[in-house]
Amino acid sequence: MTPEETCRLLNSEFGDAVEATKTEGAHPYAQIVADRWPDVARFLRDDERLGFNLLRSISSLDLLEENLLACVYDLMRIPPDDSGKLLTETWEFAVRVVTNRDNPVIPTVSKTWPAADWHEREAFDLMGIRFAGHPDLRRILCADDWVGHPLRKDYEFPREYHGIPATTEYELTNPHH
Amino acid sequence: MSWIENRFEEGLIVTSLDWAINWGRTSSIWPMTFGLACCAIEMMAVGASRFDIDRFGAGAFRATPRQSDLMIVAGTVTYKMASRLKRLYNQMPEPKYVMAMGACTVGGGPYFKHGYHVVKGVDLVVPVDVYIPGCPPRPEALLEGLMRLQDKIRHQTRAKSPMTKVKEAALA
Repeated sequence: MTPEETCRLLNSEFGDAVEATKTEGAHPYAQIVADRWPDVARFLRDDERLGFNLLRSISSLDLLEENLLACVYDLMRIPPDDSGKLLTETWEFAVRVVTNRDNPVIPTVSKTWPAADWHEREAFDLMGIRFAGHPDLRRILCADDWVGHPLRKDYEFPREYHGIPATTEYELTNPHH
Repeated sequence: MSWIENRFEEGLIVTSLDWAINWGRTSSIWPMTFGLACCAIEMMAVGASRFDIDRFGAGAFRATPRQSDLMIVAGTVTYKMASRLKRLYNQMPEPKYVMAMGACTVGGGPYFKHGYHVVKGVDLVVPVDVYIPGCPPRPEALLEGLMRLQDKIRHQTRAKSPMTKVKEAALA
């Protein structure tokens, strides 16, 4: 299944839920409306023709100039062991979901792909995207009481954390040196 | 010195208390198993036969702070880890020593400027006795650091230091 065919199939099945598609280049993707994303995800996984059974990664983007946050879901299809198909019959596709930067909410797909659970927690931790319906949306890397989301482009570094000076100004950090 | 010759039972050794205690402490520094990042790999190499930290009596890596004398902070310390590190340090019995191994623990290292989560030097969390620069330091460098720590222990004294006297006089 080529990216063109995937995009055509998504267009015919979901129509207006597909905002944009990009089929050429090294990383073809379809941009999906956030509200419809769980339905599309289930279709991508369960449809016989597509069968994307592996969520390889979730990348999040901070589009500061457009006041948007985005998630890119990299999907891959690996034929199941009992399908009798060769391992060469694999294909890849990406889905991009864009959300408002002021109130970033994207529905979770952790029920479709269990791998999304921790990936979404990471995107929440570092980028501040909230995943509606996520079973356990806590920070995964930073401390629980961390302030802010460090990979946002307008993130301000903490000046101190629990009494430990955290500035990068050398003379403030190491006054006794 | 004829007045003192042949006056004691055989097997008696005369030494200074400082020398004897320091000799014991110097020769049996038990480090804590505390590897945080890539520096831990070099620390493991130091523990293995090629470099063999046991030659210095410091090969008994303990898995608990309560049996350790030395904390080799081998690797990047994050703010999340800093509270755990401090707790482990507080659990160690006196006398206790800390070695900052590698650029990250010495002063933040490659994460100094753009690392939002890395402590800019472990000396902001616990007092450090020996700094070992390198990214990561060679095993020889860690052994050198251990020998410098042994020098430090060897020169400790049970007596009141002149500085303590000055401080006491200032407070009185």
